[in-house]
Amino acid sequence: MSEKIAIQVDDLTVAYNYKPVLWDIDLVIPEGVLMAIVGPNGAGKSTLIKAILAIIKPIAGSVAIYGKPYEEQRKQVAYVPQKGSVDWDFPTTALDVVMMGTYGSLGWIKRPGQKEKKAALEALEKVGMLAFKHRQISQLSGGQQQRIFLARALVQNASIYFMDEPFQGVDATTEIAIINILKELRKAGKTLVVVHHDLQTVPEYFDWVTFLNVKKIATGPVKEIFNDDNLTKTYGINYKVAINQ
Amino acid sequence: MSSPQIEIQLIAMVVAIACAIPGVFLVLRKMALISDAISHSILPGIVAGFFITHDLNSPILILLAALTGVITVVLVEAIQKTGLVKEDTAIGLVFPALFSIGVILIAKNANDVHLDVDAVLLGELAFAPFDRLLLSGVDLGPKSLWIMGSILLITLVLLFLFFKELKVSTFDAGLSSAMGISPIVMHYGLMSVSSITVVGAFDAVGAILVVALMIAPAATAYLLTANLKKMMLLSVGFGIFSALAGYWVAHWLDASISGSMTTVLGLVFLGVYLFAPNKGLLAVLYRHKQQRTEVSLITFLLHLNNHSEERERHINHLNEHINWQKVRSQSVLDLALKNNMITIDHKIVSLTEKGKEFTDLALEYIITNKDEKIEPMKDDFFLFRG
Repeated sequence: MSEKIAIQVDDLTVAYNYKPVLWDIDLVIPEGVLMAIVGPNGAGKSTLIKAILAIIKPIAGSVAIYGKPYEEQRKQVAYVPQKGSVDWDFPTTALDVVMMGTYGSLGWIKRPGQKEKKAALEALEKVGMLAFKHRQISQLSGGQQQRIFLARALVQNASIYFMDEPFQGVDATTEIAIINILKELRKAGKTLVVVHHDLQTVPEYFDWVTFLNVKKIATGPVKEIFNDDNLTKTYGINYKVAINQ
Repeated sequence: MSSPQIEIQLIAMVVAIACAIPGVFLVLRKMALISDAISHSILPGIVAGFFITHDLNSPILILLAALTGVITVVLVEAIQKTGLVKEDTAIGLVFPALFSIGVILIAKNANDVHLDVDAVLLGELAFAPFDRLLLSGVDLGPKSLWIMGSILLITLVLLFLFFKELKVSTFDAGLSSAMGISPIVMHYGLMSVSSITVVGAFDAVGAILVVALMIAPAATAYLLTANLKKMMLLSVGFGIFSALAGYWVAHWLDASISGSMTTVLGLVFLGVYLFAPNKGLLAVLYRHKQQRTEVSLITFLLHLNNHSEERERHINHLNEHINWQKVRSQSVLDLALKNNMITIDHKIVSLTEKGKEFTDLALEYIITNKDEKIEPMKDDFFLFRG
């Protein structure tokens, strides 16, 4: 891990219908960490990611990706939305969905060609889904759909990855496959920000963690701050979890 | 065929194609209802435009009316954003209000306006060849063919340029936005094209039937393919077919052309809904029946697998043990025999090597839910196709 700052969030406040869902968030994420965002339902975890990616407009605050506004750094960033946020009955194939990851770097109007197709096939191979490239996406299992989403983020060929619950609805094999790819990305110097629900696996999977519940409770290395105190502050109850140090 | 007949069919075809293209994206975005709203709420725009231009085929009128269509979308979204009502309620609030303004405008100015509500609602293709485009005295053909032709051309160019943007913003608005392909821009682009198409088409087919021309071809194509490009081509195909078939049905019945076109579309949808190979009603019913049989087969094989004692495997005792009716037991027995999964020796049923293998695979699938194991079985068995 270098000392370089990948993502800096200052005084970020987001509200839906005048009700704040994120309140005055300050967050500094160093380059090269694999970070979990944890917090109860409605804590604003997905909203935080969406606000950083300028999908939602905050009512206050600013975001910098490597020191510049997100709009200038789009190509450095890959995004895996929640699996449930799209219609899997959409008439398309696994390969085509992965190809969509190249649309950002292509920009408007330009179409994907052989180069983009090759990158998509490689990404499919990496997530173990090459055999399913022509499969209609509604015919894929939940775990396979999640792998397709991961492959799509891989072809975005970014420095920073934002993932909204990539382990939701996947079986143990897929979960292990996904976390191995994430760890590999971190080793390659990438920064990963992952909305995560399973507190038991935080110490095993991640090296950095942010506790969030509308306000930021704490952020830092898992080894230092993943403790009962912060869990209690975040979840509002005395949350006992086994921490495998 | 006389030349007006050919012209009417040409116009009908162009209208159908121009409607089918945005229709695909409206259906995929679950926005079919908004096209209904647009088609009604353009009325005040058309009337206002007509006061200004006195020409139903004027491009200014088309743009003005299309603007009312886009305003409808904005109003619906504004009402929805209050969080007090849901989208369908917001649509139901906005378009009748705008439509009724149009109706009042027409009624108040009935003497000055050569426009009546019937024509707006139902349109009349048969009259289209009478209004001709003349350029320094040369007859260039029916005006509405030129208007719809231009709209179709613009739609095709936009579709060609922004196909990838339309696709990604329809499938995954979040990713699209994060990548800098603004879903809002795409949304309003699609709404504008839809509005312009509806306005252009309303003269020929009327405000009500234009909705069918947009939605029915796409909905029909959706049942037949899992490929967006094929879905577009099929929609266009259904549009053309309905235009031509509708014309001749109208000719034969001496009835409204647009009404016949829509009826043809409805019948085509019904046919596809019943007979489509995968998603069709009959295919689904057949599949369910097959799946029931296959579940029975697996249950039966598992029973054989679990019991080595002959008592449990005697053909006459099977229906007692698995608690099935005789007919069902027999059909399952036949199916297993046909697939060489069992042998029957002195009325004692035994699993063959193949049957054993199949049972093991099925068991493993049931336990682990792992797809790879059963890939080769998917071709023969519906049960494993998800």
